[in-house]
Amino acid sequence: MAGSIQDTFFEECEELLEAMDEGLTAIEGGDHDPEVVNAVFRAVHSIKGGAGAFGLDELVAFAHKFETVFDEVRANRLGLDTKLIQLLLRSSDHLSDLVSTARDGGSTDEAHHDVLIAALEEYIDEDEEEVVFQPMGLGGAFEMSPIEVEKERVYSIRFHPLKDMYGTGNEPYFLFQTLADLGTLEVTLDESELPGFDALDTDESYLIWALTLTTTEPKSAIESVFEFVEGLCELSIESDMDEEDEANALAALEAAFGAAPEEGGDQVAAPFEPPVSAPEPEAVAAPVAAKAAAPKAEAAKSEQRGPNPTLRVDLERVDRLINAVGELIINHSMLAQQIANLDVADLRDVETELEGFKNLARDIQEGVMSIRAQPVKPLFQRMARIVREASAATGKTAKLITEGENTEVDKTVIERLSDPLTHILRNAVDHGVEKPDDREAAGKSRSGEIRLSASHRSGSVCIEIKDDGAGVNRPRVKQIAIDKGLIPENADLTDSEIDNLLFLPGFSTAKEISNLSGRGVGMDVVKNAVTALGGRINIASTPGKGSVFTIILPLTLAVMDGMVVSVADQTMVVPITSIVETMRGSDDMVNNLGADGTLLSIRGNFVPVCDVGGALGLSKADQDQPPGVYLLVETETGQRSALAVDDIHDQRQVVIKSLDGVCGNIPGVAAATILGDGKIAMILDPESILAASPSAAAFDTERRISNAIAS
Amino acid sequence: MQSQAEAKYEDSEVKHAQHSEFVSFTVAGQAFCLKITQIREIRRWSPVTILPHAPADVLGVMNLRGAVIPIYDLSARFGLQQTEASERNVVIVVSVHGKPVGLLAESVSEIISINPDDIQDTPPVDSRNTMDYIQGIISHDETMVRIINLDAVITVPEQVIS
Repeated sequence: MAGSIQDTFFEECEELLEAMDEGLTAIEGGDHDPEVVNAVFRAVHSIKGGAGAFGLDELVAFAHKFETVFDEVRANRLGLDTKLIQLLLRSSDHLSDLVSTARDGGSTDEAHHDVLIAALEEYIDEDEEEVVFQPMGLGGAFEMSPIEVEKERVYSIRFHPLKDMYGTGNEPYFLFQTLADLGTLEVTLDESELPGFDALDTDESYLIWALTLTTTEPKSAIESVFEFVEGLCELSIESDMDEEDEANALAALEAAFGAAPEEGGDQVAAPFEPPVSAPEPEAVAAPVAAKAAAPKAEAAKSEQRGPNPTLRVDLERVDRLINAVGELIINHSMLAQQIANLDVADLRDVETELEGFKNLARDIQEGVMSIRAQPVKPLFQRMARIVREASAATGKTAKLITEGENTEVDKTVIERLSDPLTHILRNAVDHGVEKPDDREAAGKSRSGEIRLSASHRSGSVCIEIKDDGAGVNRPRVKQIAIDKGLIPENADLTDSEIDNLLFLPGFSTAKEISNLSGRGVGMDVVKNAVTALGGRINIASTPGKGSVFTIILPLTLAVMDGMVVSVADQTMVVPITSIVETMRGSDDMVNNLGADGTLLSIRGNFVPVCDVGGALGLSKADQDQPPGVYLLVETETGQRSALAVDDIHDQRQVVIKSLDGVCGNIPGVAAATILGDGKIAMILDPESILAASPSAAAFDTERRISNAIAS
Repeated sequence: MQSQAEAKYEDSEVKHAQHSEFVSFTVAGQAFCLKITQIREIRRWSPVTILPHAPADVLGVMNLRGAVIPIYDLSARFGLQQTEASERNVVIVVSVHGKPVGLLAESVSEIISINPDDIQDTPPVDSRNTMDYIQGIISHDETMVRIINLDAVITVPEQVIS
């Protein structure tokens, strides 16, 4: 139980950290709007509050310092200069580290922690003095300082419960009783709204109370009394304060009840935070009332402000829905097939209706698929940090600009994209962007610019990482590839072929060489990760102008483009992404090698042939039969092979059904899918088919030659 | 042996319920039955998709309303010859460890109501497999009907493929 609450807290933390990053990025970009500052403040404050509840002391202590500095900014007592912004950014990185540490265990960098705390304290110390000397005149918010609150005030409260309030079991009497505890309360019933007896609707609420409360308590205390009937009543609280105060209070009240958009940021949040605004850092444990009120108001506001209210749903439920919808579509095509087979003269009406059914089913499928989709924004925000860290580590300055953050991609894709992106961005800073002096000499700005963008492109997602660095040093890259034996010495490669050498697995194995090369640390790993997602990656580079990495990904992992083939009387699907080209074989293409090795001659290159049926333990292809169809595939290691199948039927999108848990892991098979006729077809995994094929390993030398020349 | 078999359904509600309903079916010419509550549905046989590298008693997989379910040939599983394809063949869908699994049988016979007291322990015979797969036997209409011990027939799915 406790675990699940804590899980919820960490989930919320994710969102809050995102909000914080977003705000800080805006601030870094020059947007010093009080509302942005407030948003960050609120996020940090909420994290602190939650962390406090779970006794995460280190996190609370740090969040408190961070928050305090932000409070100073919020109160305009601290100017946002570059140095402070950098500190805030680093602090936010550290805060998310602390959150992950609290969640996953492990330890954080103590030294880093202390340095940041010290840096933050520098700002706090200076300003605490200021607070002491001039706590007033800083806008209405500070009228709420404890000294002011001591003064007795008269509040006029007009309270009109809506009928829903009674429906939820709330009783005005108890509210009044609680109010009476705050001071001297006078209650007057206003029954003017009460209609005549004939017109009386017993379910309606007609009674209105006018209350006069004389108290030393701040207004927030009164508000918290009514907190539980928020939205269930019409409420106005007025006091005998001066006009400015009143405007303030009204704004605060509206914010609390989520009724109207707030105007001045600091006027809103401050009343809920007297201990933080007060010059007493020890007062971390805010009074219960204030604490309870703050998150509520924040929640109400974030709902208002946020683009879309969201719903957390168990992934399994979504998967179940996706399954059911997939089945609906298959069911439709089976039905359509059977109707078409009917021997009835006039089927026009039925066919029209069927068409409607089909469109509806497609709509539902799209809708359901989109449930899993999420904007790439959080991922991109994390990348800003990667660039910051890489810049700091290399002594270069690089700025990340993100575009298309709202592009939506399947949740799983986003999760698995994090590593490859991190890698590419680090490389972009480390090897792509030049040192500031070199940049200046080249006539560029001292600070490098890396553009990370996402967009939808004809049913796929396109993610581009573009830097304005020096580009790939082609002669050097080619030389390294030759030195490493990846390509023959006399290979004649186009520019783009040279660029793509970076993805060759052998290219990056030796660190010292890749350091020389300028690019390519673990790029094969990046390529593998992208391929595993069913996507592909490409690099284009212009010397002196920079490089662009383009990643094309499928929208969702639940659906994939496949080529439907038949193998040993079975229908199977081969993922399109692994197929380089397809060809119909002819006798003169096939060459035997040794006892049962077969090589396919493709434009003068020899590629090993793997008989899919045989590799899967199904019937071995008949040697006397004319050669069938070959699928030229490229494996993760860049090895090319020809898969021999009986026939190719068509190319289509298939819904992926996992076989793990049903029949365990079957060599050669990645998953299954259900075809239009309701039959199950295996989705092949060329990689593991080839691994099982004995002929595969034997052609290492051929691979290198063919690979180099054919790529 | 006697006491072991006794213990097998000592705890099960088979013993305590007055009458339980069983579905009887034929596998390789022999009569078997499963408790009706263990059966999710019975489907007409339709060709399955063959799984590569699967043992002989795993026929392949079938589409059950969008779910991929493995189909076992009960006959082969019991060490008898493989079931011959026939129009009358049925797939009995049962739930093992919360997952649906299909069992191929020659044909379904009837629903029989059995008094738990009528269930006899399997007499010891010289067939290790049979002893594990059969939970008990009953005499019904002059024939011997074998009660299948489902948990022994279908082990955890991961172990299906060797």
